[in-house]
Amino acid sequence: MTRTNDIILRTTTSLIAFILIGFSVYLFFSGHNNPGGGFIGGLMTAAAIILMNMAYGSEAMAKVLPVNFRFVVALGLAIAVLTGVGSFVFGQPFLSQTYAYFQLPILGKTELATALLFDLGVYLTVIGVTMTIILTIADDRG
Amino acid sequence: MSNLAILPILIPFIAGILLAFLNKHIPLVRSLAKIITVAQLLFVSWLCYLVYQSGSIILETGAWKAPYGIIIVADSLAMTLVLTTNIVAVACVFFAPVSLTEKQERFYFYPFFFLLITGVSGAFLTGDLFNLFVFFEVLLMASYGLIVLGNGKVQLRESLKYVLINVFSSMLFVTTIAFLYAIVGTVNMAQIAQRVQEVDQAGILTVIGILFFFVFATKAAIFPLYYWLPNPYIVPNPVVSALFGALLTKVGIYAILRTFTLIFVHDPNLTHTLFIYLAALTMIFGVIGALSTHNIKLIVAYNIIPAVGFMLMGIGLFTETSISGTLYYLVHDMIIKGSLFLIVGAIAYVAGTSDLRKMGGLIHHYPVLGWMLFIASLVLAGIPPFSGFIGKLLLLQGGVAQEELLIVITGLITSLLILFSMIRIFVKGFWGEKSDVLPTKPVKTAPFTWPIAFLLTFSVLLGLGAEWVYPSVQSMAEYLMNPDLYIESILKE
Amino acid sequence: MEIIMSVLAGILFATGIYNILQKQMLRIIIGTALVSHGAHLFILTMAGLKRGAPPILTEGIEDYADPLPQALILTSIVISFGVTSLLLVLAYRASRITGTDNMEELRGNEHE
Repeated sequence: MTRTNDIILRTTTSLIAFILIGFSVYLFFSGHNNPGGGFIGGLMTAAAIILMNMAYGSEAMAKVLPVNFRFVVALGLAIAVLTGVGSFVFGQPFLSQTYAYFQLPILGKTELATALLFDLGVYLTVIGVTMTIILTIADDRG
Repeated sequence: MSNLAILPILIPFIAGILLAFLNKHIPLVRSLAKIITVAQLLFVSWLCYLVYQSGSIILETGAWKAPYGIIIVADSLAMTLVLTTNIVAVACVFFAPVSLTEKQERFYFYPFFFLLITGVSGAFLTGDLFNLFVFFEVLLMASYGLIVLGNGKVQLRESLKYVLINVFSSMLFVTTIAFLYAIVGTVNMAQIAQRVQEVDQAGILTVIGILFFFVFATKAAIFPLYYWLPNPYIVPNPVVSALFGALLTKVGIYAILRTFTLIFVHDPNLTHTLFIYLAALTMIFGVIGALSTHNIKLIVAYNIIPAVGFMLMGIGLFTETSISGTLYYLVHDMIIKGSLFLIVGAIAYVAGTSDLRKMGGLIHHYPVLGWMLFIASLVLAGIPPFSGFIGKLLLLQGGVAQEELLIVITGLITSLLILFSMIRIFVKGFWGEKSDVLPTKPVKTAPFTWPIAFLLTFSVLLGLGAEWVYPSVQSMAEYLMNPDLYIESILKE
Repeated sequence: MEIIMSVLAGILFATGIYNILQKQMLRIIIGTALVSHGAHLFILTMAGLKRGAPPILTEGIEDYADPLPQALILTSIVISFGVTSLLLVLAYRASRITGTDNMEELRGNEHE
């Protein structure tokens, strides 16, 4: 495979990938009461990782991000289910959610909800699934 | 307390996730999978007993009151089917290590297996039409993973067709739910049933009912939508075939049974009469397929189709006797199809081929396998005193009572032809001269036979113990024929 | 407005089915994607298109949009996203191993 001159892609990627990841985290947290959420945030993070994969090659990315994305899927599913099962402990029906307000440093009065933990599971699952599927095709040069 | 209802779905799901983490350590995964399925079988039997004793358990997830939230309804019908699913699952998980290569097991067989059980149990337990679609997708996703296990050329070829037909019917399912939502404004099955009675829109509701039937008929392989079934069911490993044959089409039949006894009961003259004709055609075409081939796996796969016809016949006749016949047949068929696929898988393994013309004289080396096949054929065809007989007897009784003699005669002829198609395997494969293409050195079959014997025991018990099983089947049929019982148990006015 | 949306969903279904009936695997997958878009649009339309506040309890607002179809569509989109991507991987693998992406050539009855 001949090496293409991809200096523009590499330079912009180093900038854009950070913006993408930052925005995806914003989307993830705003998902409780506003448009956004785990699914869309996860997709955007996956997009950022794929962009870096295209720019720097999958070998370099495997060094930077040494995770098996199939485990990320399993981890995400586990978190999502366990937040549901957590309500068993408190004698509530499956998947019951609750929230409370906390006084946090810097952020001030913040609403923390257990629904966010469920969303974290969704977020990880989406990243895992998307990356697994795309890497399966991308790594195959046989 | 009500959380118990979700556990038959949650346990396999968590097990699947756990085993995905441990995927590298195959021996550990195997023994864990065995322990989990057996423990789950015990738990589900206890839960089933509880439901029989004290009525359905209803879980309103997230503490959202029905009909606003998603509900899980563990009534007697759903729990019976979940119990049967788990019996098949135990047999399959013990059969898997002997039948699969380690490479195939590494390909996330056990996580997919547990996801399939999750989807099937979920589809039985849910009380929400859209949730039914979601669980259909869960079980289909798992089945897509299982069917390509091993990545063979033939498997990929057949799985593409399988996935495409299912994707299309799923999209049709969503569209049909949208139609129904436009009319009744809810997806909770109990509330749909209630509003369907109120809205006096018989014409359009019948159209929607037929659309639902179209979707479920594709999943259940009813004439003329059965053509996709045989080939994808025989290309994967026998264990996967057994799971598919035992569970997947039955979920479709269950969905028809539930919707057409609960929701679309306003015009049985049109819808249910249509079912009777389709049932007759399904039986005839299915059994012709079974007679047309020399491939033993294909014979068993084609035999799924007439069985579906029998169950549809019971729904079409729509009397208490015929519905209890369908219920009996449903449980019987899940168990016997699982064991038949395992048996022919074992035969094909020891003979080295699944072509009937190349076999012969297997009984010299494998007497146990031969007699198990013989018993299974009798059970399938409905020879007394086995379980198939009781189901068919109830169905035919219902048919005679409704004076639908055409379907009764078709059913009887079909049963005879089913017996003929199955006994052909026994006569040609086990009797006669020993074929020279077969491997001369006999293979040890003990690990194969135990799971099969386990399933066959249940099949025989269902037939011999009909006296004890029948009252509960009858009370279930009574419960199904009175949709108000279901509606009241959920909406509690 | 509902009529226009229904016609649009119909067009999506028609183009999708036309594509599903083609021989090339990629076209078929695009066809299933189009059909699923049609189905999603259809859910939204059939529930009645209306303007209203987001369905979150706030004081002083009484005209809410119906949240259920939106939840249904989101679920359905996620599922069809998963299925479509799985179908793409499957088609890729199948075309690699069988050496063709023409469905006509993927017929056959040999099973071993």
